Amino acid sequence: MTTNDMPRWATGFVLPVLNLLSALLVAALVIHMLGEDPVDSLRILVGSAILNPEGLSYTLFYASTFVFTGLAVSLAMQAGLFNIGAEGQMYFGGLGLTLAMLAFDASLPWWLLIPAGILGAALFGALWAFLPGYLQAKRGSHIVVTTIMFNFIAASLMNFIIVKYLIPPGEQNTASRVFSAAAEMPRLNAWFPVLGETPLNIGFFFAILALVVYGVVMTRSAWGYKVRALGLNQHAAHYAGVKISAMIIIVMALSGALAGLGAVNSIMGSTHYLSLNFVGGAGFIGIAIALMGRQHPVGILLSSVLFGALIQGGFDLSLEKPNIPTETFIFIQGLIILFCGAMENLYAPVIVKLAKKG
Amino acid sequence: MHPAVEFRGISKQFGAVKANTDVSFSIAKGAIHGLVGENGAGKSTLMSILYGYYRADSGDILLDGQVQSIHSSHQAIALGIGMVHQHFMLVENMTVLDNVMLGAEGGFKLAGQRAGVEAKLREICARYRLDVDPLATIADLSVGAQQRVEILKQIYRSANILILDEPTAVLTAQETASLFEILRLFKEQGKTIILITHKLQEIMDITDTVTVMRGGKVVGAVQTAQTSKEELANMMVGRPIENNLPRAAYNPGQPVLEVRDLELRDDNGVTLLNKLNFTLRAGEIVAIAGVSGNGQSELMEILSGMRLPTSGDLKFEGKPLPGSDPDRGRGDADGLPRTFRELGIGHVPEDRLRDGVIKGFSVMHNTFFGHQDDKALKNRWGLIDFKGIAERCAGLLQTFDVRPANPDLRIGLLSGGNQQKVVIAREVLANPKLMLVGQPTRGVDIGTIEAIHRQLLALRDAGMAILLVSVELEEVRALADRILVMCGGGITGELKIDEFDTTRIGLLMGGMHKS
Amino acid sequence: MTFEDLHLGSIIVSTVRNAPVLIFAAMAGLFAERSGVIDIGLEGKILASAFVSAAVAFATQNPWYGVAAGVAVSVVLATLQGYVAITQKGNQLVGGIAINIAMSGLTFVVAQFFFQQGGRTPDLGEARLFDVVLPGSSLVADIPFLGWFYTKLIGGHSVLVYLAFALVPLVHWVLYHTSFGLRLRACGENPHAADAAGVSVEWTRYRAMIIAGVLCSFSGAYLAIVQSGFFLRDMSAGAGYLALTAMVFGNWRPVYTFLGCLMFGFFGAVQIQLEGVDLPVIGRIPGALIQMVPYVVTVVVLAGLMAKSVAPKAIGVPFVKSR
Repeated sequence: MTTNDMPRWATGFVLPVLNLLSALLVAALVIHMLGEDPVDSLRILVGSAILNPEGLSYTLFYASTFVFTGLAVSLAMQAGLFNIGAEGQMYFGGLGLTLAMLAFDASLPWWLLIPAGILGAALFGALWAFLPGYLQAKRGSHIVVTTIMFNFIAASLMNFIIVKYLIPPGEQNTASRVFSAAAEMPRLNAWFPVLGETPLNIGFFFAILALVVYGVVMTRSAWGYKVRALGLNQHAAHYAGVKISAMIIIVMALSGALAGLGAVNSIMGSTHYLSLNFVGGAGFIGIAIALMGRQHPVGILLSSVLFGALIQGGFDLSLEKPNIPTETFIFIQGLIILFCGAMENLYAPVIVKLAKKG
Repeated sequence: MHPAVEFRGISKQFGAVKANTDVSFSIAKGAIHGLVGENGAGKSTLMSILYGYYRADSGDILLDGQVQSIHSSHQAIALGIGMVHQHFMLVENMTVLDNVMLGAEGGFKLAGQRAGVEAKLREICARYRLDVDPLATIADLSVGAQQRVEILKQIYRSANILILDEPTAVLTAQETASLFEILRLFKEQGKTIILITHKLQEIMDITDTVTVMRGGKVVGAVQTAQTSKEELANMMVGRPIENNLPRAAYNPGQPVLEVRDLELRDDNGVTLLNKLNFTLRAGEIVAIAGVSGNGQSELMEILSGMRLPTSGDLKFEGKPLPGSDPDRGRGDADGLPRTFRELGIGHVPEDRLRDGVIKGFSVMHNTFFGHQDDKALKNRWGLIDFKGIAERCAGLLQTFDVRPANPDLRIGLLSGGNQQKVVIAREVLANPKLMLVGQPTRGVDIGTIEAIHRQLLALRDAGMAILLVSVELEEVRALADRILVMCGGGITGELKIDEFDTTRIGLLMGGMHKS
Repeated sequence: MTFEDLHLGSIIVSTVRNAPVLIFAAMAGLFAERSGVIDIGLEGKILASAFVSAAVAFATQNPWYGVAAGVAVSVVLATLQGYVAITQKGNQLVGGIAINIAMSGLTFVVAQFFFQQGGRTPDLGEARLFDVVLPGSSLVADIPFLGWFYTKLIGGHSVLVYLAFALVPLVHWVLYHTSFGLRLRACGENPHAADAAGVSVEWTRYRAMIIAGVLCSFSGAYLAIVQSGFFLRDMSAGAGYLALTAMVFGNWRPVYTFLGCLMFGFFGAVQIQLEGVDLPVIGRIPGALIQMVPYVVTVVVLAGLMAKSVAPKAIGVPFVKSR
């Protein structure tokens, strides 16, 4: 039973929705067992994350980063590669961004500085994914294990670099110095004061732009066509003339670049300095998003907003209901990966039976 | 005395395909019995029924005079039937001893059993001259030795009836002779052997009796001593093969493809293609006939750029093909099919689903699969010109009568025949100078077969050079101008279409060289 | 520099005490992967059993009940993984990652719910597992080197440490000298051959997963009950992935995997001891860089730059009968 044998309305819509509902159902059950009312929790969450303008602003702010990590994992997945390294790639991208800022933020105007930061983030993220990609293509080293290793190497390496080179003298915080004002991504609250003191910035529009470009490239360009062919059938891709080694490496590099760009929103949109572990799990959320959104631009956007809402709403929920700490949403993330990824065909036999009857 | 095995009226159908129809014959105890036939004759199905993989739709199998209902391979083993498959069931990083003991260890602790099993294996090896060290690791053994391990497994499990499925396909002449010695010793011990093969010399060399199958039916059961290769070839192939499709006069043009001394050896050093030489001209169809597994697939892979040869010269329109000379530093064939395609070589692959289409893509998306980099298919922004492709696709679906004519349907949902029409249409549309066509009508319904044949003939009449690989002699007869027969990695003989003679072809397919 | 200056003694003892976390997990992963199922979910199982064993040990004031509870939970998770991989024929990598992430969150939440201590369990105090003190230890304790050797290196460790070390030859024996091990290995190399020989590939793989669940739980119990005395959020800190690494490094063989575990335990011990120590020529090596070494070594191994590491041939591919 593969998704190829079922019509598109089933695989593109019904199955994903059923899978998501299953995950949420389990989550609701756990919340109930923790002594809280799932419906009430949902009300608080929605109220905080969607209905409240400041909360919505935070939701979209988080979503902006998640779009990029979600795209990173999605792009690799389309080529048949499971990139678990988005966490480390975003971290390393943060370094590239930081180096650009530290070098130029006193001399360049904002309209050159921000692109420099973006370029730095993309390049360093690409590099961190290029290495595992190269090893997979040329040496057959399994991309999953190597990217997990590179996550850990990044954690240690960045720890070393920040502590040794980036902490300004006299400071205690494991963080670089604050970047100049020219490095700040313009915030949307300048145009929409109702958003309050929230970090939602033009990075959100970059995220939308990235989704559009991804969508166009994957569905309308020959390159995207070849990537998808590779992911679906490597033998046939070879028949069709795809240079498989090169494609694996390029896809991984681009995937890493996208993950690196996630740092732009987080750092240049919000904190304005590089801090230890600033990524905070965004790379792994990217995996859940890619699986839940089925690597489709609209799916990725919706999933990113959903996770943004979970993070924002989860934070407020944890304040009101101490039995539902923010870590609950890490658990929900795992459930989503389980139902939307590993058990994606759980309901397939049922659907096929129903489709045959109808 | 009862025969070791008797088939009575065995019939088996898979959907619309009648694999076995009323098969009846018997095999005497202590005989080496040959089972001969082309691809699709029904030999493998029959043996699978005997070995318990399938249940016959009707009919009986009698072992030693008793009707037996064989549900599974384990039951077959218990009844004393052993089978040596074409693809060995061996765990490569384990020893011979471990492989034999797997599933029949005799207890939780291996240590206690090992010595006993090893002794028994050595005894069997000595008795049958198997020349296998029980403590050797499978991966270190030659293919011939691995096959002997499979035989050893069956003997250890007290098989009285040993089925061998195309055993010599992977052996050298030397190893074949050794194998036959072992079979003779086996026979001396009163065991029965069933040898599935299409190689006529082997039948004459080793068997006592032969059954010939064709189209799912038994067409002959003879004593080997009383028959000849010609008679066997005739029975194997012999049926009136008509050619009713019109074609233009044979007027070949310039050489399009020149193959000189083409050789292919795999990683284990086994020779898959043995100094092939032939030329293909514009406006002709050359068909490579022969039972599958004799190097035809590998030849197609090399000619389409999907694989590099070990050595040899390939010229396309007078110029050397890239990658054909390994000295030019090309490591592998990654990306090479594109180069070949751009030069003007079209390819309808043998394995449609594995190589030729993306099941999850729509019909329309498959109509330019392999041609996605073609500049003509791009719009002014460098993106795929879907408008133009949709128009092309609509025309293509109509011209080639693809059903259902829905460009957005996932191609995996179409029937085999309609999928094939899309593939052929796509390759034809690119107007190649050379078209490589592998088993074009495999899994295709009768009506579509004729349509595809007419299509190929029309292309040939218009000047295309076509290389056809087919195991179906009807197809070869219908399409070929010249026929090259392959066996054992080499070309055993060549015939012009007006020299078509079923006996001769049967002999060539059976490994007899034209001499 | 003397023996004491280099803290070599402490490093060696620390290595012995660091290794069991990895050994239990690596042996667990070995069973799963040799049968053909990728087990990326070691981290999640370690966390789950760490929490449950600490919680139950505290609640019952009996460490052995804690260990048993940890085993139970880990087996449930392993069976779930098995269901995903074997019956659902889903993506084993995704399934493992899902379990890791889910358990990272759930253990904290449940710990918080029961104990209200910021996602950790209360200190076990005395309710820990016993240490094995070899007979005559007090007599030899003062003899230079031999005393240290007998009382600190060979003796004086928690009972689980001895269990971990004893596990290695046991696993080796089961894998290579029993019929169960033979069939398990066949399922991982060529499941079709195993199937043809009458072995139930699916049932064998389920059993391998269950064994993996049992063994992995000891890793969590060791972390929580023996090493710390409590459960702390994400306390496994990548041990599950390191165990996988040790397995790759050890070419999926018990003894070499064990050596890999020792190596990583060694690096962990070195990192702590060498923190702030001036070495000749090199000076001070930052702890973060030492921390990085095991992962870099893994990448080097995977790149084939050291001896070729070969996974079980059929790993990760759900078994579908060919006829």
